[in-house]
Amino acid sequence: MADAYLRQSPLAHLGLAARAAIPPEDIEGTEAGVVLCERPARHQIGLRGDARRPAFRAAVKGVLGFAPPAKATTAAGGTGLPRALWLGPDEWLVVTDDDDAATVADLSEALARQHAHVVDLSDARAVIGLAGAGARDVLMKGCTLDVHRRAFGPGRCTRTLLARAQVIVHQITQAPDYDLYVQRSFAEYLWAWLEDAGTEYGVRVTA
Amino acid sequence: MLLIPCPWCGRRDESEFACGGEAHIARPADPDAVSDAEWADYLFMRTNPKGAHRERWVHVHGCGRWFNVARHTVTHDISAAYKVGEKPPGDAS
Ligand SMILES: [Zn+2]
Repeated sequence: MADAYLRQSPLAHLGLAARAAIPPEDIEGTEAGVVLCERPARHQIGLRGDARRPAFRAAVKGVLGFAPPAKATTAAGGTGLPRALWLGPDEWLVVTDDDDAATVADLSEALARQHAHVVDLSDARAVIGLAGAGARDVLMKGCTLDVHRRAFGPGRCTRTLLARAQVIVHQITQAPDYDLYVQRSFAEYLWAWLEDAGTEYGVRVTA
Repeated sequence: MLLIPCPWCGRRDESEFACGGEAHIARPADPDAVSDAEWADYLFMRTNPKGAHRERWVHVHGCGRWFNVARHTVTHDISAAYKVGEKPPGDAS
């Protein structure tokens, strides 16, 4: 992780905090069908290993409290933190609190004698929150993933393309409420695309 | 646009994948023992059938895994997708 004084969100220059502070009644239009926010910085840890090996599952469970999900395109850890997002049959993204420096160290130590890989990726991706009644429709405009509630619901996650940018989509709640993990160099582009795609539903920015 | 059944992720749009060409091409076990012509055949020569074909694909914007696809090159009908190391369906050899 970069030194604290050097850390800056790739969306910092958009003034999102100021927009989020505007009282809803001062915003033109009545309904905001799309609610966008930048999620606070989080610890993101790349984890690789063989989920079929009991020792690997046990070591991860010992640190996180749950084993890495073996079922494709699912997340473990529920709506809280830490979470583990399935990215591939031997690959996960572990997400914890920003100030939780212990997890990456504990995972490294627990897996030190195994054929496994733990690396801090915290500053590689920004996380954009997408919610509201129109959130699913916005995703459908730029993503070929089947996001129908029968095909993709809470607790599901996957890498895919959104507006031609690679993202990790994680649906948190049925509402729906999504986390979109995007490489930081694509973050401004994706934010602008989401605002544009959401315009017809009404866009509100929250903190 | 193809809908490709990734063995891990299920049916996904072609734009999430990259094609790696013909599947089941074995590297000569002892490269020093083969002639230049045989080596060139291994490196460069590929079948280009009109009909049933087996290809390697990678789910590059998904799970990142390589796997094999049995596809008809005229109709684009995908009859099977199977993991690397697995036998192609219908192949008794
Ligand atoms: Zn896949």
